[in-house]
Amino acid sequence: MLTIEDLHVSIGEREVLRGINLHIKEGETFILFGPNGSGKTSLLMTLMGFSGYTVTGGRIVFRSQDITQMPMFERARLGIGMSFQRPPTIHGLKTRHLVQQCARGREIDPEALARRVNFEEFLERDINAGFSGGEIKRSELLQLMAQKPGLVLFDEPESGVDLENMQLIGKVVRRLLDGEVDALPGACAKALKCKVRTSGLIITHTGYILDYINADRGQVLFDGRLCCEARPRDILEHIRSYGYQECIKCLNEPGGLQPLEVTRTAS
Amino acid sequence: MKDVNLADYSFTGLERGQIADLRSLDASDKERILHAGVDVESDAASAVFMHMDQSTVHCESRDPGLELLDIKAAMKKYDGLPEYAWKLVPRDKDEFTRNVAENVHGGYFIRTKPGAKIERPVQSCLFLKADGAGQNVHNIVIVEEDSELHILTGCSTAHSATSAAHLGITEYYVKRGGKLTFTMIHNWGVNATVRPRSVGVVEENGVFQSNYVLLNPVGTLQMYPAIHLNGRGAVARFNSVIVAPEGSHVDTGNRVIMNAPETRAEIISRTITTGGTIIARGHIAGHAVPCRGHLECKGLILGGGRMLAIPELDATVEGVDLSHEAAVGKIAQREIEYLMARGMDEAEATSTIVRGFLNVDIMGLDGPLAKAIQEQMEQIDAHGS
Ligand SMILES: Nc1ncnc2c1ncn2[C@@H]1O[C@H](COP(=O)(O)OP(=O)(O)OP(=O)(O)O)[C@@H](O)[C@H]1O
Ligand SMILES: [Mg+2]
Repeated sequence: MLTIEDLHVSIGEREVLRGINLHIKEGETFILFGPNGSGKTSLLMTLMGFSGYTVTGGRIVFRSQDITQMPMFERARLGIGMSFQRPPTIHGLKTRHLVQQCARGREIDPEALARRVNFEEFLERDINAGFSGGEIKRSELLQLMAQKPGLVLFDEPESGVDLENMQLIGKVVRRLLDGEVDALPGACAKALKCKVRTSGLIITHTGYILDYINADRGQVLFDGRLCCEARPRDILEHIRSYGYQECIKCLNEPGGLQPLEVTRTAS
Repeated sequence: MKDVNLADYSFTGLERGQIADLRSLDASDKERILHAGVDVESDAASAVFMHMDQSTVHCESRDPGLELLDIKAAMKKYDGLPEYAWKLVPRDKDEFTRNVAENVHGGYFIRTKPGAKIERPVQSCLFLKADGAGQNVHNIVIVEEDSELHILTGCSTAHSATSAAHLGITEYYVKRGGKLTFTMIHNWGVNATVRPRSVGVVEENGVFQSNYVLLNPVGTLQMYPAIHLNGRGAVARFNSVIVAPEGSHVDTGNRVIMNAPETRAEIISRTITTGGTIIARGHIAGHAVPCRGHLECKGLILGGGRMLAIPELDATVEGVDLSHEAAVGKIAQREIEYLMARGMDEAEATSTIVRGFLNVDIMGLDGPLAKAIQEQMEQIDAHGS
């Protein structure tokens, strides 16, 4: 689904990603950890194709196409969807209208989708105008449901969300990744059959999202480099006990990216 | 302001005969006026008025709650309308008012019955067909006590290249508890000269609501309609949406003078230049307390052009509450990228943002008018020419 090869990215003069290699299979969810400022958000922005993130080396392949230089809207149409952390307000653009646009002609029921994220009352509001942290998350999920991407990029789904909404968001992310977004009645005889599993790349500091989704792989991004591949829960546990210091060690070991010693974490 | 020489236009000799059925108009004329929000096929109007070149060609009221007459007929019938005609706009205000006063071609006289709530709008169309035509129009609108009226006026030339001058005087009288909604769509061309002169008074608890839309080029347009809130609790609201492509020179604004306590004024304009010049004026005066006024003027420059915003507040008593907000900017890259991440290409994203910015929805228009506006919005060249 997604293959990143030796990706180097700079913001201005500053190199923020320094040789990233990553493969995410169809239907797989990959969890990204890493200390503040290590480049996680930059990686997502680069995958989406934002201006200001200059790829100075390597390439990105998505659905067998080299998208390294592809404009953002083409990536979106190819199936990459991103949840924004701080989306801009667009005055006069109703949430309903944007949700409809996200579907790009595919038949959707904005009311039904909005109901899933408890967002019906916001459909007539200007997009992101005065939305709270949790409301932004729900709005982003609503748009993603309408967009129905093959790969979901999600930056810190937990940030700014209360416990009750965390549950809601967790469940919706789960459904999104399970490919269960279209609830149009009669659209499909056997619901199971039309499930197209969606891939995910999710950034988390707290790991709360792990309670809701099946994520089998994770890695730590440290200073623009990936290290310590393991099961996300083990990584989380390890970071809780030892912080990110171990990652430096791991990166400095000859041969570079050694897998994390899970046995040590477990003890 | 671009110089205008009235001698360039002929203000005589372009009379037109009655048109009993407006559906008999040329297809191309119908198309043009449709873009000014006038749909001759629709029977959703309470009254229909059309003025072409130098004659009123159609004048028909379908509602017993309102009177619609050609202005010349009304002047005859009511002995020159001494209480209303030329009471708000002085005949000798400028060369344009003088030109109209000397030779009124026509215009509408609309008066509601007291208490009549006219649900369907009055549809009016001011049309310039002949090349080189000069048009002198005088309109008078009287909204009697506790009555309600919505006027939709579409002004258009027959072609986008027609060279013509439209001079129009309008006097509005909103009596105690009355409500007038006045929606005007302009659809001119690069060779059109447009000089409306409008003034209104609103009495106690009356409401004057204006919606104005200009999305197509206009050679030179200058207008500064003024509303005097003379009765306690009177309200005036102006919403304007203006786009000036290359070749357009638009000098426009709204003025509200609050002369009574508990009056309110709101002036909102959204302007875009894609190569033309826009002078966006606004003036709110507070001469009685309490009163409250807000002026909001937002502009975008897309590609090129000039935007000059001149907001004015004039307060002469303690306790007046007036504010203004003026901004000229560009479309934020962040907003474009947000929409591109949802699959819109740059042009789609830009026009979506522009439509939101202009926010015509706020006027609550529907039917063919809303559709016409929608279509024209899609034509806006957001990258300039
Ligand atoms: N526009 C920018 N200009 C300059 N430096 C930037 C810019 N955006 C990000 N950076 C820098 O790039 C580095 C990586 O930032 P990034 O936002 O990717 O980190 P992150 O891993 O997402 O951190 P956090 O966990 O705090 O969200 C940081 O040092 C940051 O300051
Ligand atoms: Mg980040």
